[in-house]
This record gives sequence, C-alpha cells and structure tokens, in this order.
Amino acid sequence: MNEPIFELSNVEYIYPGGVRALRGIDLTVMPGESIAIMGTNGSGKSTLLKIMDGLYFPSKGVIKALGTELSERQFQEESFAFAFRKKVGLLFQDPDVQLFSTTVLDEVAFAPLNMGMDREEAMIRVYSALDALGIENLKDRAPYMLSEGEKKKVAMASLLSLDPDVWLLDEPTANLDPRTQDWMIKFLLSLAEKGKTLVIAIHDLDVAESVAGKIYVLGENHKIVAQGTSHEILGYKDILVQNNLLGQRRYRV
Amino acid sequence: MDLTAGKHNNASPDILTLKLGYRIKRKDFVARTLSDLTNTLERTVFADLYASEPGLLQKLDPRTKIITFFVLILGASLTHHTETLLGLYLLSLVLATLSRIPTGFFIKRVWIFIPIFTGIIVLPAMFNFITPGDPVLVFASFRHAPGIGPVHLPKEIYITKQGLSGAILLVARVATSASFAILLLLTTGWTRLLKAMAALRLPKVFILILGMTYRYIFLLLRLAENMFLARRSRTVGRTNTREKQRWISSRLAFLMGRSYHLSNEVYLAMLSRGWNGQVQILDDFSLGPKDVLWAAFVSGVIIIAIFLEFAWR
Repeated sequence: MNEPIFELSNVEYIYPGGVRALRGIDLTVMPGESIAIMGTNGSGKSTLLKIMDGLYFPSKGVIKALGTELSERQFQEESFAFAFRKKVGLLFQDPDVQLFSTTVLDEVAFAPLNMGMDREEAMIRVYSALDALGIENLKDRAPYMLSEGEKKKVAMASLLSLDPDVWLLDEPTANLDPRTQDWMIKFLLSLAEKGKTLVIAIHDLDVAESVAGKIYVLGENHKIVAQGTSHEILGYKDILVQNNLLGQRRYRV
Repeated sequence: MDLTAGKHNNASPDILTLKLGYRIKRKDFVARTLSDLTNTLERTVFADLYASEPGLLQKLDPRTKIITFFVLILGASLTHHTETLLGLYLLSLVLATLSRIPTGFFIKRVWIFIPIFTGIIVLPAMFNFITPGDPVLVFASFRHAPGIGPVHLPKEIYITKQGLSGAILLVARVATSASFAILLLLTTGWTRLLKAMAALRLPKVFILILGMTYRYIFLLLRLAENMFLARRSRTVGRTNTREKQRWISSRLAFLMGRSYHLSNEVYLAMLSRGWNGQVQILDDFSLGPKDVLWAAFVSGVIIIAIFLEFAWR
C-alpha cells in the first residue's frame, strides 16, 4: 500500500502575534489524490498550505510528509530540504509574491537552477514549461508588466519547470477572468491525469467540483468542520451556507 | 434584453457632471509627486523604452558597455579642461542620436538634475569669499566688511574668474558623466544591466537587492498612488493640514507594514523553490566583432583625451 504524502494529526498554528490560524487539524493526503481545502477568507487555508510546504511549522501537533516529520531542524539538513523542495511545489495566492525575479525567463529558471541543475537542463525545462503554458512570448518581459492571468500562468510555469509530484495551490483561480479560469481548471485536470497530487485551497465551488475528488471544509473556527467526496460536500448545502461558502441568495435558487 | 444599453452610458448622470469648484481639481502635492514619479519610472526606466530600439549602443554586449562607459565616466571625472569635457559631451550626444534616443529628451534628462544637485555646491564657490580671484561680476560693495563675530565677508562681493571657471568645469564634468551613465541605462534596460553586472562578478547580493528593488518599487508606488486616489474619491472640499499630515503618516506606516509583509512572503516563496542563499542568474551574452570595435573606439577616445590634457597643460 502507498505511503501517504501528508499526514497531519492535531495540527495547530498560532501566529507570533497570538492570532490562531488553525486548530486540531487531522488530514491525510494519498499520492495522486486531488483535494480541495475549502473555507472562507481568514479560515487558515493559506497557513495550512504553508505548513504542508515546510515554510511554517505547527505550534502543536505533527505533520508528516513523505514519511518524515517536518520540523525546522529537518529542513536544516540540506539533503532533506533539497529532496522535499524538488517533490513539493507551492503556488502562492498573490502572484506578485511568487514572481520576484526581474524577467519571466529568470523566474521560471529560478527553481531548476537552485536545485543544482546545470544550465542546459534548466533551459530545456524552462522552455518546455513556457511552451506547455503557451507563454514563450513573455520570456523577456518583467513580471510587473503582465496581466493577472499572465502572472498566474508564469507562476504555474515556475512550478512546472521543476515538475514536482505534489502541487499545493493557493486560490489558483482568484482574480482570473472566466476564460483564464477555464484554462486553469483544464491545466489542473491535466496535472491530475498525470498522477500528480493536488492540494487546492479555494472557496470557488465550481473549481472544487471540477478538480477535487475529496473536500475538507475549514470553518471560521479554524477547524475542519466537514470532509467527504466532492459530491457529498457540494450536495450538502447547509454546510456550505453555514461556512460562508455559498450565499443565501444562491442557496434559495 | 437590451444589448445596446452600453451606448446610453455615455450620457453621464447630472451628478457626475456637477461643477464643484476649483477644489476638486486640485491634487495634493504628495499625490502629484507620487503619480509623476511612478509615471516617469514606468515610462523611462522600467518600460525599457529605448533599450529595444535597433540603435548603435543597443547592439552591443551589455558587459562591454558597462566596462567602456565606466572608462568614459572615469575619463570625464579626471579631465581638467572644459574643452576636453565638451568634446566628450558632444560624443555622448552623437551616441544618443546613433542609438535612436531623441536628442531633446536626452538633453532634458541630463540637465534637469544638474542645476538641482550641482548648482547648490557650485553657486557659493563662484564668489570671492570662497574662491578668491579676479572679479568678473560685482554684486555688492560695502563701506565696512560685514560680518558676524569672528566671521567677516570681504568689502566687495563678486564672482571671480577662477570661481567661474571652476564651476563651469564641475558642471561640465557632472553633465558629461551623467550623460554617459544615462546613455548606458537607456540603451541597456534594467534586467540586462543587472545580469551583466552579475556576469562581471559584482557582488551577487548587491545585484539581488537591486533586482528586488526594481521588481517591487513600482508595485509599492502604484499601491501608494491608489491609496491617494481612494482618499480623493471620498473627499469633497478642502481638508485641513493637520488631517492631511495625520493621513500621510498613517499611510506611510501602512506602506511600511505592507512592504514588510511582502518581503516575508517573497522570502517564503523563494524558500519554497529551493533558495539556499546562492544567487543563480541566467545570461545569454556573447561578445562579437562590434564589441571589439566599440572597445577600440573608446580606447582611442580616451587616448586622445589624455593627449589633449597633456598638450593643454
């Protein structure tokens, strides 16, 4: 039997200022699964993804990734950090955070070069990622000059160039026009078809329905208040309304 | 469904066309400065407006350009004769023209800052109380030398020939050096310039900081500009100075907080993609015959300048 990609038990996270972001989170992600973490703004979705990416560490509880407990000390071991970062990629909600290089080409090449790939291999990966997303024409542009949709594609390309097995995606369709949203959904489905593991933090029901096999609902109390298949959760409208994922007006319709 | 509804939108409701007097047209000094700064940065520096033109300097390898322009700037700084500087300045104008940079725009960009920065230093140095010498233009004569305590001015205040020639030399030196620096910037573009600096083994942390500044300054300026717009959209009439000061200081604090948050998030994004403290930069530079010719030309210019310096001594 396959080993889980992530196993979280009783995970809690409190920000340095004392703000509680997560409480008692128990969650398991198996290889090849597509999971949506749904919740309203401020429920702790982004924090949870950062914990799964080894950027934050739980204030309480345990997170295991690929069979190893994640801790600050663990990431100080270069070989572990290197192997983990190669396998797990995180798409940030705000592309302006993710796109810090001066050109698109540098941005997409950042991860392969930092993972120690030689220039030739890095360039092959960079151009293949740009080609896959149809953004080769943007390679010399500065990220700040791009539209929101283009920024999101470049951010995706910056992960694709590393081709991680696990994709953590924070609101991948936020601020996108309908056409680009459709493109994003197709892209996520293509990743799932390739056997990639997807963990998507989202509050858009359509995206969750299209991509996720399983849904966890994070409540406003920062706890998981419901979990099940997407069919079960999305069919249970009371839960969606109670957790501010569906408006009363739409519910009545 | 009426698909032509949008056409009616041109007819603005009366409330939007109401004239509220001159106050609504006034823009805060800070807001105006911010907006102008953002637009200037966007137009001239970040948009790489002239860097993609098929001009002479644009075709050169950025590394060659950095080295040769450094040599030209050094040459201009060490020159002691206005005539040599004038020659070098004319060279910068010719290079700008050959690089398809409009001469008027180029001259304006150089000279707009010189009176501000150099003028402050140069102005007092022209007078006889700083640089004694032969009078050129007398400003004031006193029966007794004016002074406060132990400090006394001369009986006559005038611009001296020596002070004037020193001032002209300094202004010419700054203008020529600035012309070469601006020419390099305009014909290279920030990103290639930074990569060329990295290729020339300048400290990578320094280049990373410059790159990040380039990446985020625009974002923060736009944010600040939008905050001013948001305030203006909710303000009718004049607000008092105290309220304005309070608002500006609160926005400054907000911007600082925002940039701190942004820097944390960017650091996490870098960590997430394998950042280990080493800066890796891709470059695709290659030296060609044009670069060799250009380097030989600059060497020739510098040799002539040195020869003239000695000949006029």
